[in-house]
Amino acid sequence: MKVLVPIKRVPDYRLKIQVNSDGSDINKDGIKWIVNPFDEIAVEEALKLKEAGIVTEITVLSIGESNTKEQLIYAMAMGADKSILLKTSEYIDSLTASKLIAEYFKNNDFNFILMGKQSIDSDASQTPQMIAEILDIDNLSFISDLKIEGSSATVVREVDGGLETVKANLPAVISTDLRLNEPRYTSLPGIMKARKKPFDEIEAVTVLADLKSSISINNFKAPPARAAGKMLKSIDELVDCLKNEAKVL
Amino acid sequence: MSKLVIFIETKNGEVLKSSLSALTAAKEIASLNSISEIIPVLANESVSSVSSTISTDLITKSYFVESADLKNPTPKNLTNIIYSIIEKESASIFVAANTVIGKDIAPRIAVKMNANQLSDILSVNSDSSFDRPMYAGNVIANVSINSDNKVFTVRPTAFDPAVLSGSNSAELISDYTNSSNSEVISVDKPESSRPELADAEIVVSGGRAFASKENFEKILYPLADKLGAAIGASRAAVDSGYAPNDWQIGQTGKVVAPKLYIAIGISGAIQHLAGMKDSKVIVAINKDSEAPIFELADYGLVADLFDVVEELTSKV
Repeated sequence: MKVLVPIKRVPDYRLKIQVNSDGSDINKDGIKWIVNPFDEIAVEEALKLKEAGIVTEITVLSIGESNTKEQLIYAMAMGADKSILLKTSEYIDSLTASKLIAEYFKNNDFNFILMGKQSIDSDASQTPQMIAEILDIDNLSFISDLKIEGSSATVVREVDGGLETVKANLPAVISTDLRLNEPRYTSLPGIMKARKKPFDEIEAVTVLADLKSSISINNFKAPPARAAGKMLKSIDELVDCLKNEAKVL
Repeated sequence: MSKLVIFIETKNGEVLKSSLSALTAAKEIASLNSISEIIPVLANESVSSVSSTISTDLITKSYFVESADLKNPTPKNLTNIIYSIIEKESASIFVAANTVIGKDIAPRIAVKMNANQLSDILSVNSDSSFDRPMYAGNVIANVSINSDNKVFTVRPTAFDPAVLSGSNSAELISDYTNSSNSEVISVDKPESSRPELADAEIVVSGGRAFASKENFEKILYPLADKLGAAIGASRAAVDSGYAPNDWQIGQTGKVVAPKLYIAIGISGAIQHLAGMKDSKVIVAINKDSEAPIFELADYGLVADLFDVVEELTSKV
């Protein structure tokens, strides 16, 4: 089976993102760019399926400018077999990204899609579900366990109130939650090898003629700041404050 | 004049508070977009038993879709049901709460409507301008959406729940076609007597410092039960198996904004803060005086949780 793993280039999750002085963008000075952590979990899961003899080939795909190649190389250093960059400098919204990925999926010989449940920059959680709808197939979202037998997948989903076990016939779009696995580290030999793996770059506009978005970000601002709090010395003091000052007890 | 369809989630015959908050946002969107009618859609194994009619201004009728299969619907099936109503009513806007089900279906419905979607909106500023969080809530983006059709999911804690009054007619739909290639084969959703995490007035939350599931149960549960609180957890506590997955609070878990949030043994990673920083009053108890959670706390106490939490339970 062949799996397509779409990944996104995002700022390092360990950084506290701040808005630049005129609110036109986030402050990108000194930002380290990484593979979206949820997508990294998807790459890891694809690798596990390959090691188990279920998946034969892992293709990672991204959309963006030339520097997005860094993240595709990283995924290939983890072990993905090949990568494709749909190159564009336009702002690509979730619907357009989904159309691009769905189109690439249709025109190539894949059995299913594995990807992160959301990207940690826009936090929208739209693309996996949109791809599934465009392809008229099921989406299995927010999964913490995956088993593939024959052409069916059984997943455990993290849903409101607990867990749900779902069985589906492939193809499907499967989106990963945090607890599915812990991605492996890349090694130096892995990185050297990755640079020799097939990397393809095509203009996104040749896949989809109209990339323009009807969404635009007007400005960014910092969330409202909280007033400085009080450090207390004892539980008695805390209970007193909660009862008599904050009046929440 | 156009119409807006809103998905109303129910559980055990009750409308979820998150859906009522989404209804408030829907009313704001409707009033700025010349919407003549808001149409609620309920879908479950048995929704005709829903105790309160979904009624408020702009609502003249609802759709109740009933089928045994809809107890745990697949996103594909639920999308098809809701879209058939959107199509029938020629609605141009779809709204849902940003819950797991809302996240699952709204993007699929957006594709069917050839619409763009804004997720997790915090405020409605004009007919086409909205605020929404990005980068784990460290940034609020003001976003415009100009597609002919529009889809929104709403952050429940950012809008007061709508108050329902009066009554209207409900159209019952019971013919339902399964078009999905997947099925829910089992569900593990433990019943709890504690309030829903997203709706609770008080949330007590525990982190890695509890060191075991037993300590979590022995020390945190009694405090929660004394306060009538819901229990939350940090990612570390969930990863370590001290608490179930749906107690996780943060960027990728639940977002809460209770009157009182007590964080115990939680250091305060950016991703956790994203899920609780809009709480009215925040208390942090942590033995590390440098823990980032203290920067956000209204009341901080540097102490070992094993020394003080039982005392707190006895004194509240």
